Formats: sequence, structure tokens, C-alpha cells
Amino acid sequence: MTAPPISVNDLVVEYRSSTGSIRAVDGLDLSIEGGEVYALLGENGAGKTSTVEVLEGHRRRQSGRVEVLGIDPAATGRDRRELRDQIGIVLQASGIEPEITPREALRLFGSAYRNRRSIDEVVELVDLGEFVDQRVGTLSGGQRRRLDLAVAVIGRPKVLFLDEPTTGFDPAARRKAWELISTLRSDGTTILLTTHYLEEAEFLADRVGVISSGRMLVEGAPKDLQRAHGQSVMSVDISGADSGGEGGFRDGVTRALEGVVHDVVWTGTRVHVTSSDTTAVLERLTTWAASSGVSLSEWSIERPSLEQVFLSLGSGDVEDGSDG
Amino acid sequence: MVDANRWPRPFPQLVQQAAHQLRLFVRVPVAVFFTIALPLFVLLIINATSGERFVTDGNGDWPVDAFVCVAITAFTAVSATFTNLANMVPIRREEGVLQRWRSTPLPVWVLVGGHVLSAMVIAVVSTIFMLAVGVALYSVSVPAASLPALIVTLLAATVSFAAMGMAVAAVVPTASAASGIANAIILPMALISNVFIPMDDPPTAIDVLANLFPLRPFVDALQAPLHPIDPAVTPQWDRLAVVVIWGAVGFAVAVRQFRWNAAPGGTTRRRRSASQH
Repeated sequence: MTAPPISVNDLVVEYRSSTGSIRAVDGLDLSIEGGEVYALLGENGAGKTSTVEVLEGHRRRQSGRVEVLGIDPAATGRDRRELRDQIGIVLQASGIEPEITPREALRLFGSAYRNRRSIDEVVELVDLGEFVDQRVGTLSGGQRRRLDLAVAVIGRPKVLFLDEPTTGFDPAARRKAWELISTLRSDGTTILLTTHYLEEAEFLADRVGVISSGRMLVEGAPKDLQRAHGQSVMSVDISGADSGGEGGFRDGVTRALEGVVHDVVWTGTRVHVTSSDTTAVLERLTTWAASSGVSLSEWSIERPSLEQVFLSLGSGDVEDGSDG
Repeated sequence: MVDANRWPRPFPQLVQQAAHQLRLFVRVPVAVFFTIALPLFVLLIINATSGERFVTDGNGDWPVDAFVCVAITAFTAVSATFTNLANMVPIRREEGVLQRWRSTPLPVWVLVGGHVLSAMVIAVVSTIFMLAVGVALYSVSVPAASLPALIVTLLAATVSFAAMGMAVAAVVPTASAASGIANAIILPMALISNVFIPMDDPPTAIDVLANLFPLRPFVDALQAPLHPIDPAVTPQWDRLAVVVIWGAVGFAVAVRQFRWNAAPGGTTRRRRSASQH
């Protein structure tokens, strides 16, 4: 069995401040498999940037074992160079002089790598064609981020670190960037992503990890997290020969769903039930309908977004943080 | 076709980095102005107001226009290396450029070497330009026999001042502070080093102080091969030694203190419109 491209055990990162040391990362464990897109989520100050910076080799750690492609990112000399040759990084700061053009930047950065892509290939891959010969200083924020992405992939990286890669993109540019990232994934590139756009993580990530106070709160596939930590909304129309009318429906539904719902809202004869256990809701409603002689129609179910999951985790709605 | 198993050769990478820095230099008009145009204007103004004076050193009299021209040529070489690097490297640090390069497999010495080499090229070109002006407009002459001494002096001094510039770049907190600090170092030094104000008989304290710092020894070492009466054909080793010792100290400080990341709250863009001198 081959080792995962990214492996972190019991990582601790501390910062010194005037009031003492602050622990930004507190015993984090993380393992990312080859070809996987992993999104690291967390509020500002949760420790995700510190974690990524340690993995990139840009920050020292206090303790813990960290390996990227089998090499400690804190290594020096030959190992460091070897690792740098096989990873690509999109930093939060662009880091490309405003006086040069994207074509010049790609030529220059490409010259550092052993197994580089051609400039034309990258221009096409990241869709830089329309501004490849303009000065970087004249580009929009979204165009600059595309250039950042282009520079990050010119060395044909096996592992790609994307620190908020689509910040400043308009929706269309963001979709294009997602397509690019999907293309890279299909080539087998392992990608670690941090983002503030939860729909981005939902769209791109095979797995997400939510960290808080430097610890992994939960980890898993977006759908699993949504199922485990989110509330779905089921809606259904109720009609039939119940003598109690609308009021009777409501009392009956309330009694039937007791203990398995978070919230119940009515719009006329349509009921919207918020619950994390949709199976139980379905079973109880159908049992109640059969016994009450009413019919249920126009079923719909709205799954929770990752954002809802994230917010519920942040607000402490989820007690069990042992998934990760 | 790129061989995926071989590292790119370092020398072409170094040349490419230096060429990149030169391209950046010519695309920043304010840098060109302050490094080359401003010293030229200062030279023209000083010599227009100096009259037919002579400056006496140990080997005889200099026409003041030639003396000042060579002194300002030395100052130009210092601007191209020390001031230029002390200003630009912190700017690139705050723009995230250094951090970006640190993320690549490019050897650190190639990156730093590219900055230093480009600064030396600018210094050499500026020196040739200023001496050409001196030959054309003033009584400067460049004897062929003195060329080896001139070249050795220029190379040793530009490497040393580049190292000092990297040291300042390493320790300054922000890019906007770098400009002020570099000028606060070099301008007072120039005033006591016979650059703008030729002094036949300076006060002892100023003379001692000027000789402790590296600019006056460099001015002396550059003037010696261009002396109008008795041009030196060998470098002024004792004067160059002072410059090189400062360069070695600068190198040590730069290596120990160099930072790749900007301090929080840095001010990257301000220096673009700020003066170097």
C-alpha cells in the first residue's frame, strides 16, 4: 500500500504574542489520498491557513509529523528542492510583478521546473489567451487569480495547494476555475483546497474537513456530512376526508412526527418538515396518512447545503466531533 | 524537449533571472530616473556652478569637473546596487514575489544572484555612461593602462555594495521604510565622501569618519585609475579592502536576517512613487 501524498499526525503550530503563545493548530491529524480533492474549511483563525503553510513548507511547526509526497516540507537542500519540483501552490498573495506579462511570468517560472508544461498548454488550460500579453498590473482580480493558478500548474505538480483560489472571480470565472480543477483531478493531481465558498467545496471536494480551534471537528464526503449533520426539508401536500379539516391535519401531523423533527411549517395544506431523519419522517407520515384516511402527494425533499452543515457545526448544534 | 529527469542548468537560470530583473528595472521609470538620470542632472548642475577650480589630492591637482564627475560616477554605481536593492527587494517581498519563488525549486542562490547580477550590470552600464559624459563634456580621460584597475575596482565595489543593499533589505521592516533608511544611510555618507562637495582639507573628524565608511574609499579607489596627472594602473587594495570588509559584513547580515515574508501591514505599493534619493 502506497503512502498518502499528504499525511499529518498530531500537528501543533504556535505563535508568540505579547500575551504569551497562541496555539493555532492543536494536534491535527490529516491524511489525503492520491488524486483526491480535499477541502479544508473553518472560520477565520480556525488554523487552516497555518496548517496549509506548514504543508507548503512556509511555516515552522512546534511538533507533529508531516509528510508531503514522502518528504518533510521543513526539509532543506536536495529534499526541499525535490518537493518543490512536485508541488504547485496558489498563495493568497499573487506574488507576480505587475510590470511583466503572464506569458513572461509563465516562461520565467516554468524555467525552474524539471517537467514543465509548455506555455501554450497552460494558456489553453487556464484560458489566459485574452490577456496573456498584457501587463499583470492591468489585470482584474479574477484574471490575476487565473494567472496564479497557471503559474501553480506549470511545473506539472503531483500535489496542488489552493489557498482560496477563486476569491475575486465572477460566477462564470469561478465555474471555469472549477472545471480546471476538475480536469487536474482527473489527471491524478492531489489537491488541497481552502475556500470561503462552501458551494465550491461542495462542488469540487471528494472530502471536506472542518477545523475549529486548530482541531479537526468533522471530516468526510460532503454528502455524508450533509446526511450526518444537516437537516433536510421534506414537503408534502395533504388532502382527503379527514373531518377535522386543516386543523385536524396539523394536530395529526404534529402528533405523528413528535420526537423526529426540528421544525414544522405549514403553507395551506402543504407541510414542510425540517429533520435530520427523513426516513423516520417518511415512515411516520405514511403510517398516519393510512390510518387517518388522508392522501399525501407532491412529495419533495431539499437536502441541506454544506453551508448549512458548516453553520450548524459552528453554532455548536453538532455535539459529536469525533468523525475526524 | 525538456528532459524530465534533469534539473535546469543553473547558469542559464541565473542569466534569465538577471535579465528578468533588468526588464523590470527598465519598466519602472522612477527607478531609471533616480538611478541614472538624477545623478547626471546633479553632475551637470554642480559642474555648471563650480567654475575653474582645482581639487588637490596626494598625487596632484584635479580639475574640479573631472573630480566631481568620477565621484558622482561612483555614487551612481552605489545607487544602482546598494540603494536599488535596498528599495526593490522589500517591495518584492511585500508583493509576495519572494514567497512565490520560494515555492518553486529554483535554488535560492540563483534568485538572489539574479538580483545582484542585474544590479551590477546596471552599475557598470551607469558607470560607462557617466564616464562617457565625463570624457565628452569634462576633462575626464580613461587611460587604457588603467582599465584593469578600473574594472577590478568596479566589480569588487559593486558586489560589496550589493551585499550591503541586501543586508538593508533583510532588516528593514517594510518597503516604505526601506527607501527612507537607504537614503538616510547613503546621503550623509555622500556628503562627507567628496561626492557632491569636494574637500581639499576636511576637518579631521569628518576625514576619519568618511574613511571608516565604504563610500569614500570606493570614491578614492575609482578616482585613482582616472587621475589626470598620475593614473594608477593597479587597484587601490587598501581602499578596496575597506569596501570589501563592509560587503562581507553586509553578506553575513543578509544571510542571517533575510526574510521571505512581509511583516503584517507592509506597504508594498507606496515606494513606486517615492523617491530613492
